[in-house]
Amino acid sequence: MAYAADAHGHDDHKPNFVNRWLFSTNHKDIGTLYIIFSLFAALVGVGLSFLMRLELQSPGLQIFADGQMWNAYVSAHGLIMVFFVIMPALIGGFGNWFVPIMIGAPDMAFPRLNNISFWLLVPAFLLLGGSLFVGGGAGAGWTIYPPLSDSTYQPGPAMDMALFALHLAGASSILGAANFITTIFNMRAPGMTLHKMPLFVWSMLVTAFLLLLAVPVLGGAITMLITDRNFGTAFFDPAGGGDPVLFQHLFWFFGHPEVYIMILPAFGIVSHVISTFSRKPVFGYLGMAYAMVAIGVVGFVVWAHHMYTSGIDVDTRAYFMAATMVIAVPTGIKIFSWIATMWGGSIKMDTPMLFSVGFIFLFTVGGVTGVVLANAGITQILHNTYYVVAHFHYVLSLGAVFGIYAGIYYWIGKMSGRQYPERLGKIHFWLTFVGVNLTFFPMHFLGNQGMPRRYPDYPDAMTGWNMVASVGSYIAIASFLFFFYVMWVTLRRGEQAAPNYWGEGATTLEWQVSSPPPFHTFDELPRIR
Amino acid sequence: MMAAVLLAGAGTAFAQTAPAMEPMVGAPVPWAMGLQASGGPIKDAIGSFNTLVFNIIVVITIFVALLLAWCMWRYSAKRNPVPSQTSHNTFLEIAWTVVPVLILVVIAIPSFRLIYYQDRARDADFTINVTGHQWYWNYRMPDHGNFAFDSRPVFDEDLTPGQFRNLEVDEPLLIPVGATVRVLTQGADVIHSFFIPSLGVQRYNIPGRTLETWMRADRPGTFYGQCNQICGTNHWFMPIVIRAVPQEEFNAWAEAARTRFAHTIPGNNAPALAMPAANPIRTAAAQQ
Repeated sequence: MAYAADAHGHDDHKPNFVNRWLFSTNHKDIGTLYIIFSLFAALVGVGLSFLMRLELQSPGLQIFADGQMWNAYVSAHGLIMVFFVIMPALIGGFGNWFVPIMIGAPDMAFPRLNNISFWLLVPAFLLLGGSLFVGGGAGAGWTIYPPLSDSTYQPGPAMDMALFALHLAGASSILGAANFITTIFNMRAPGMTLHKMPLFVWSMLVTAFLLLLAVPVLGGAITMLITDRNFGTAFFDPAGGGDPVLFQHLFWFFGHPEVYIMILPAFGIVSHVISTFSRKPVFGYLGMAYAMVAIGVVGFVVWAHHMYTSGIDVDTRAYFMAATMVIAVPTGIKIFSWIATMWGGSIKMDTPMLFSVGFIFLFTVGGVTGVVLANAGITQILHNTYYVVAHFHYVLSLGAVFGIYAGIYYWIGKMSGRQYPERLGKIHFWLTFVGVNLTFFPMHFLGNQGMPRRYPDYPDAMTGWNMVASVGSYIAIASFLFFFYVMWVTLRRGEQAAPNYWGEGATTLEWQVSSPPPFHTFDELPRIR
Repeated sequence: MMAAVLLAGAGTAFAQTAPAMEPMVGAPVPWAMGLQASGGPIKDAIGSFNTLVFNIIVVITIFVALLLAWCMWRYSAKRNPVPSQTSHNTFLEIAWTVVPVLILVVIAIPSFRLIYYQDRARDADFTINVTGHQWYWNYRMPDHGNFAFDSRPVFDEDLTPGQFRNLEVDEPLLIPVGATVRVLTQGADVIHSFFIPSLGVQRYNIPGRTLETWMRADRPGTFYGQCNQICGTNHWFMPIVIRAVPQEEFNAWAEAARTRFAHTIPGNNAPALAMPAANPIRTAAAQQ
């Protein structure tokens, strides 16, 4: 990153390379590390999905040796995308970069904790990536349900490596969450009340609470799994009085909030982008903030909708169905408030705005298929099919990832001091939009026809749509590589970015400081009227 | 936008039902977009409820798409150089909270009815125990002499013309047309999922637990399903075949099966342990 050191005089001295990038305590540098890490992990995760789509392009087993290898790759793809791509980019990356600046704080509350949060991710990623090459890999799906994840069915160290990877990533998330909560509650500049906080900060606050409450439950569950595997306990083994369904409850008590952890920061980014490019304040600010709080709260009491076919009682199913559908209400409030923000605005469709409008539409598609899946009656035949795969890729691979892209294009000038070339950004958007829709939309049809997920081979009747999905994924993957080219052009030849290069629509504090911001953002705390 | 058009197209394929008495085939169809054809009352009920929800979500998606398109066109910086500064409208905010609630109520009422209907059979004609193994199915017929048999996948080289690759088994399960069948699922090793889309039935097979559900085929035919919970290397190769046949044909089959699988009947003197060895598992790797 090209810092314009001379502009800030001798107060802005920076530590040497090792101190700056290995022992970093600066929230902006740690944010940059998170984003670079996430992009690298995304290369791996996308590479795995490329192999998966190559395999599924035509019936029969072509490039995978057997189902176990396939299962290991599918599991690694899911875990990498969740823990090492989306979360680091949105929470560690943008969260670290912009939460302190937006609330007018000089840095995060615990800078060294911040550093270890990042560096825990690196060994976690190495353990998970390494598990692919040890024995038969960890092939129990990202949901790692026992008994399949027990030592009887996944012998060898691969599954243990994956579990320890989750432990490290989980510890990283918990420390990060504590840091964000402390920062947001205690380090707001004078005048920055909770109800004046930018929506991205609100989204990070809710996300941090979800992390703090959900991830320890995963930690407990996988600890029990580790002792079941290695130390002769039987928490989840019916032969020893344990219960496999208990694991499902614990996993999804974490797993469902986890999906909101991935999408809420994207909500925050999209709110800023829509407001900036419509040159209007966010419509219904309080409604938007408390809709996120409501999503976070209700998100904790809907977990068993992932277990409709696990034999839970019909009355319990009825409750979880009703609770799940309730989430559609705050989500609807957000969708309509974004549209109302655009309504009456003066809209410029630059790349961040394209990704944000694309986000709203695609998240709506993923949201309404979520309403379909909330109904246990329909899910009786859609559970675990490609319809579910389509649904969660619409909300995550298209939702959260579009949020990340919107954030990168929105803030790259702020973070690097160099603005991206608009034309290349637009090309990237359209390539991505066409590619991901072509990939994931046909999956609804495959799911309706009953294609189960985690299948390396399928009945011949499912060939057509699988081929279309594979072609779409090649376009999407090409667009991802094109994105790296756009970033390379930006950093090498991008124009020098002004402090507020989006003009009057951009009102939050990061637009009051230079691009990039000085090494220590605020020498004096800003006052918010 | 493209997605909305495709989404609308998917609706046309939803209402497929087979002619009344022609034996139907409950299997995926090339390029189909909707649910599989229905072979029984549960799937009929799921299908009609799905059509209701589908129509609602298509309308919502198109509505959102049109609003976005209108905003981008009408309020572009070219057409509307001076933005309004409106940021509140109490009526609107209440409306877009209350209207979705009402839509959800419309969905929820038939949805509750559906899950209670699907849950279990009050007056089942008989019971079948379904046990998932790595990687084949075992069916026990407690009300027909308590015999049991394994149902294993047919490998590509053994397929006869007209059979579906990855979907056929050596011993299909037979049920009488019109009979209400109680299904009890169990898992022998890891979790599997007993899943037949065209009959609208799915339950996990969980070790240490017995889950109950039911199914009925109102039309004669062959209904295909696949294991639907990741269960190891051959997860993708443990299909399910259920044939719904007239009562007399079912009786004859059960009679013969009771003799063929006599060694599986508990208390019978035939050596029960002979069975697994006679039928070795072939792994997927052998298929290449």
